[in-house]
Amino acid sequence: MSRRLLELAHARAGDKGNLVTVVLIPYDPADYPLLCARVSPDRVRRQLGGRALGGVVRHEMPNIPALLFVCERAAGDTVTVSTSLDAHAKSVSSLLLELPI
Amino acid sequence: MTVRALRIGGGAGFAGDRLPPAVDLVERGELDYLVLECLAERTIALGQQRRLADPELGYDHLLDKRMRLLLEPLVRTGTRLLGNFGAANPLGGARRVQRCAAELGVPVRVAAVLGDDVLAEIDPAAPAWEDGRPLDEHGELVSANAYLGIDALLPALASDADVIVCGRVADPSLFLAPMAHHFGWRPDDHGRLASGTTIGHLLECGPQVTGGYFADPPYKHVPNLARLGYPLAEVCADGTAVVTKLPGTGGRVDRMTVGEQLGYEVIDPTGYRTPDVVADFTTVQFEEVGADRVRIGPTAGRTRPDELKVSVGYRAGFRCEAEISYAGSTAVARARLAGEVVAERLAGTGLRLAVSLIGVDALHGPGPGAAGRPYEVRLRVASVGAGRELVETVGEEVTALYTSGPAGGAGVRVHTEEVIGVVSTSIPRAAIRTEVVPVGAT
Repeated sequence: MSRRLLELAHARAGDKGNLVTVVLIPYDPADYPLLCARVSPDRVRRQLGGRALGGVVRHEMPNIPALLFVCERAAGDTVTVSTSLDAHAKSVSSLLLELPI
Repeated sequence: MTVRALRIGGGAGFAGDRLPPAVDLVERGELDYLVLECLAERTIALGQQRRLADPELGYDHLLDKRMRLLLEPLVRTGTRLLGNFGAANPLGGARRVQRCAAELGVPVRVAAVLGDDVLAEIDPAAPAWEDGRPLDEHGELVSANAYLGIDALLPALASDADVIVCGRVADPSLFLAPMAHHFGWRPDDHGRLASGTTIGHLLECGPQVTGGYFADPPYKHVPNLARLGYPLAEVCADGTAVVTKLPGTGGRVDRMTVGEQLGYEVIDPTGYRTPDVVADFTTVQFEEVGADRVRIGPTAGRTRPDELKVSVGYRAGFRCEAEISYAGSTAVARARLAGEVVAERLAGTGLRLAVSLIGVDALHGPGPGAAGRPYEVRLRVASVGAGRELVETVGEEVTALYTSGPAGGAGVRVHTEEVIGVVSTSIPRAAIRTEVVPVGAT
């Protein structure tokens, strides 16, 4: 049976202009290599769908350990002029955690 | 002899943060400094609107309330206050603090830090970082504020001011400045400046490091979230620190809460840029050294950037958001029908509509939630357009669903507001002139 990411890791999203960032942290640091292997930028982009129409860059922070995803939003979907209910896109942390692992 | 750590409290992470935890920090935290971070990207542009209407205004709209609660305990405990609650009018904000102090009969010396307002200095034709288009092509420019660093704050800290009021300053610099002042860190001491920047970054969002924005039962529990304590850092001369909170408060401080906050709003963890230093967040180590106590190790740093980031506010038209609820096992179908009807009735207006169902797809579009069939659902129609009257037609059509839409529509709410957009550019340091202005008692 497949697990969802939220059973292995926790996440926090933040906004920066036309970017949304999501930091992903395994509950057990021993799962960090698994996250590195399974949570690719491409999978994250597909999971975030319309909230990350541009590219997704992944940074590794082995000192935490954590993965940091920097996702580009659609033109016109920036914090200040977005028509979305979640203009900051801060709820996408929950969307990422639904990813099957 | 051990040197006492410098104690800095983070009393606000945004303009809307709770006020009592900041008072608690002052009363019981044995603080040297309380820092209030009250400015989101747009807050200054909105403050600028208030200042245009009344030249005395433009500072944080909760300033009076904050001062009435904080000034007396600050003075009684000998705690200095530093914050960006001057927003678009630091001098006006500082004068207002002085007036509050006079009304309360509390003697304080107040100083304003000026120089972040660079609307007259920027090139309106410069390309915006976000999309490369000229700044003024986005709309009429209403504000431009450079992110100042510690070099703007240090002269104020060297003065006798008890309360220092600034506008736009890089958030971590608000915390780094008292450290650099207290310990005498030099501008080329990249390691200590980066370490202090990490601490500032961890504290700048207030309770987000002490268990706020964190609870997710059954996976993540936060004890006594309702009584969440705000953070304080015990900073050592070498730039390392312990981040903690007051005993008896709710929340938690551990590797998990600190880890989430370290990665919050970070674009490049190997090069976190502030006006003071470029910090490498991949070099810092955390260690749990006690209950709700996390030791933050040193962070490696590099020379600060030559240019400062500038946030530019522009008039972006008006936004209307309108909602109506439906219930029952056919609620989703009726809400969808209502959305289609509104879209068809507004088709001739040229407005671009965002139509979604709250409870189904309003946050994430056709994602995991879209397959659900909730018993209650709320249609949301939103649009941003150039004219208020035009955009208000969205609210009128959603309201009209009461009689002219599907069965059982209820609870219409309509909200229309002016939109201030924000784009970014940069400015050479040499173009910035900062100034500390003491505000005399009135």
